[in-house]
Amino acid sequence: MSNLLTSTFLAALISGGILAGMPLLLAGLGEMVSERAGVLNIGLEGMMLMGGYAGFVVALYSHSHWLGLFGGLLAGLVASTVMVIFCVRLGLDQIVVGIALLVTAEGITSVLQRAQFGTTYPRLDSMAALKIPVLSGIPALGESLFNQPLVVYVGLALVAVAHWVLRSTSMGLHLRAAGEKPQALDAAGVSVTATRSVALLVTGSLGGLGGAYMSIVGAGIFVPFMTHGAGFIGIVIAMLSRGRAVWVLIGAFLFGMSVSLSTALQLVGVNVPQDVVNMLPFVAVLVALVIFAREAYLPAALGSPYVRGSR
Amino acid sequence: MVEVEGEVIPRKRWGAWLGPVGQSIGPILLGLVAGGILLLLTGRNPLAFYGDILKRGLFSSSGVQDSITRMAPLLLMAAGLIVAFRANIWNIGGDGQFLLAAAIVSGFGPGLVAVLPAGLGLVVLCLLAALVGALWTIIPALLKAVYGMNEVITSLMMTFVGVNLANLLIKGPFRSQKTSVPQTDVIPHDKLLPYLPGTRIHVGILFALVAVGAVYYVMTRTSFGLRLSVLGANPRAAVHVGIDVRRLTVVAFMISGAFIGLAAGVEILGVWGYVRADWNPNFGLTLFALVFLARLNALATIPLVGFYAIISMGGHYAARRAGLPDDFMLMVVGLILLFMTLTEYVAARRERRATRLVAGPKAALRPGGAHE
Repeated sequence: MSNLLTSTFLAALISGGILAGMPLLLAGLGEMVSERAGVLNIGLEGMMLMGGYAGFVVALYSHSHWLGLFGGLLAGLVASTVMVIFCVRLGLDQIVVGIALLVTAEGITSVLQRAQFGTTYPRLDSMAALKIPVLSGIPALGESLFNQPLVVYVGLALVAVAHWVLRSTSMGLHLRAAGEKPQALDAAGVSVTATRSVALLVTGSLGGLGGAYMSIVGAGIFVPFMTHGAGFIGIVIAMLSRGRAVWVLIGAFLFGMSVSLSTALQLVGVNVPQDVVNMLPFVAVLVALVIFAREAYLPAALGSPYVRGSR
Repeated sequence: MVEVEGEVIPRKRWGAWLGPVGQSIGPILLGLVAGGILLLLTGRNPLAFYGDILKRGLFSSSGVQDSITRMAPLLLMAAGLIVAFRANIWNIGGDGQFLLAAAIVSGFGPGLVAVLPAGLGLVVLCLLAALVGALWTIIPALLKAVYGMNEVITSLMMTFVGVNLANLLIKGPFRSQKTSVPQTDVIPHDKLLPYLPGTRIHVGILFALVAVGAVYYVMTRTSFGLRLSVLGANPRAAVHVGIDVRRLTVVAFMISGAFIGLAAGVEILGVWGYVRADWNPNFGLTLFALVFLARLNALATIPLVGFYAIISMGGHYAARRAGLPDDFMLMVVGLILLFMTLTEYVAARRERRATRLVAGPKAALRPGGAHE
């Protein structure tokens, strides 16, 4: 155990944290946007699976990782239109529709995967990393922090964009109003339906992108049910972030590290059963929820559809 | 206003029944058609596929018995979900409660049935299963009761932990030394739940039917059921009529978990006698859909669970023949749930147009209806 804090261990932990944390970051950012607008998107995991599958297939046939990621984004977008129509336009229950979407997505991706590839799992080439010249030279940290595929930096940039949009634009103000007091937004002459629809589409796109990242960049293959609860961790991260993008980033990175802890431990010769590894992030989530239960903040109108004139 | 609902337009007896039944069958047909389209797209013959399901799940003597056997755990789980959902507690973590209870029962089962007299051993194991299921809901229950934390998330997190913990137990302390595949020791066949005379259906189905009947009775005829429904319809009103909301939330959550644990006990003690590592029948979310399709009415779950038991037993066979995964049925169930929300919406609109009255408590059971 003495070599726990060696540079190999740290580097593995940090790069693993980024690798595993990226989908959580994208999903968490997306969920934060829709939660702020008052829609609890329980179907996020399903949107990620759709994005993961579609992205993988596009990347496999087009031989382009970027087209694949874009395909995943589009698939997530399409999946979220179901939620837009059912939950925002028709005002149906967000939890029931979310679960229905999740179950459908789980089934559909599994069936399509088997129909297309049988029991083989074709593999993609790994995505080229972008080495940032000087910074990547920092011992231990540099190689893991500044030698990542370009899409990782795009994800980090999205945090800044989300922060800016929510904090400093009228669109952000509308989003927050749609979640806190939709009546006020309506009275101000802005369509609650349109605002929430946009928010959900953003969520779906980011969730789809996160799923595509998992299959294309993270794993290089698509396996049914591969998101394994990442979407739900994303929802928890969004809840604990209290609507602030920077906290989504920190949360995603921390949970990503808890996922990669086992790999890092194996590198220094500590063996942990796979089931413990799978369990760890969820235990971490529960501990975080128990400790910060009072801190988690959700918008006032979260989960309730907006019906004009109702109280 | 509230008590007027449903009384305004007198309907013919059979007509009143036709509505809800149609609203359940419609989405099922739509879901099957949509599934058939996907089968066509993947180059399979949907008629042959659905024919296989019926042939194996319904039209063969062993198939029917398997389907009825499968109904036992499903009905118990449905009973558990109804108790929670009626109180507006979203216990989505059924799979974790189920698998953990299954692991504990199969872990202690072989030892216990060897020591205790036959009947007593089974009773103890069933109670143990119910206890495990109930205990696994405590964290989400307390987080919801005390802090108002969304139980959809917490119970799901507990599911992921529970599934992996069950695997750890099966691969660790409960692992059988007699097999190379990680699994628990096997409870001898003659020590399992007895079959109904002349069949290969174990008596668990009777427990399940009694449980469903009991839940129906409690929910519709007792003050406890009424308190749960009040809590579910409007927590603030529940406080004002003097209900201890925190306690009731925890109690309802634990009862729900206990039924789900019992379902696992009955499935292990009736069918398997052991658990293999990584076994997960994924009943939880499927039943979520069925229970909603039954509109949280315990008796109505019986035909729907029967329907699902047939397509899940027959579907396994059909899917293997078509070279597709069992998850095809999962997708059909998801689609059925989606279509159900739509038909509910259409029906609710029609009703509102007909009565022009504020929606009553019945509407609260409808997805999204409580907010309208």
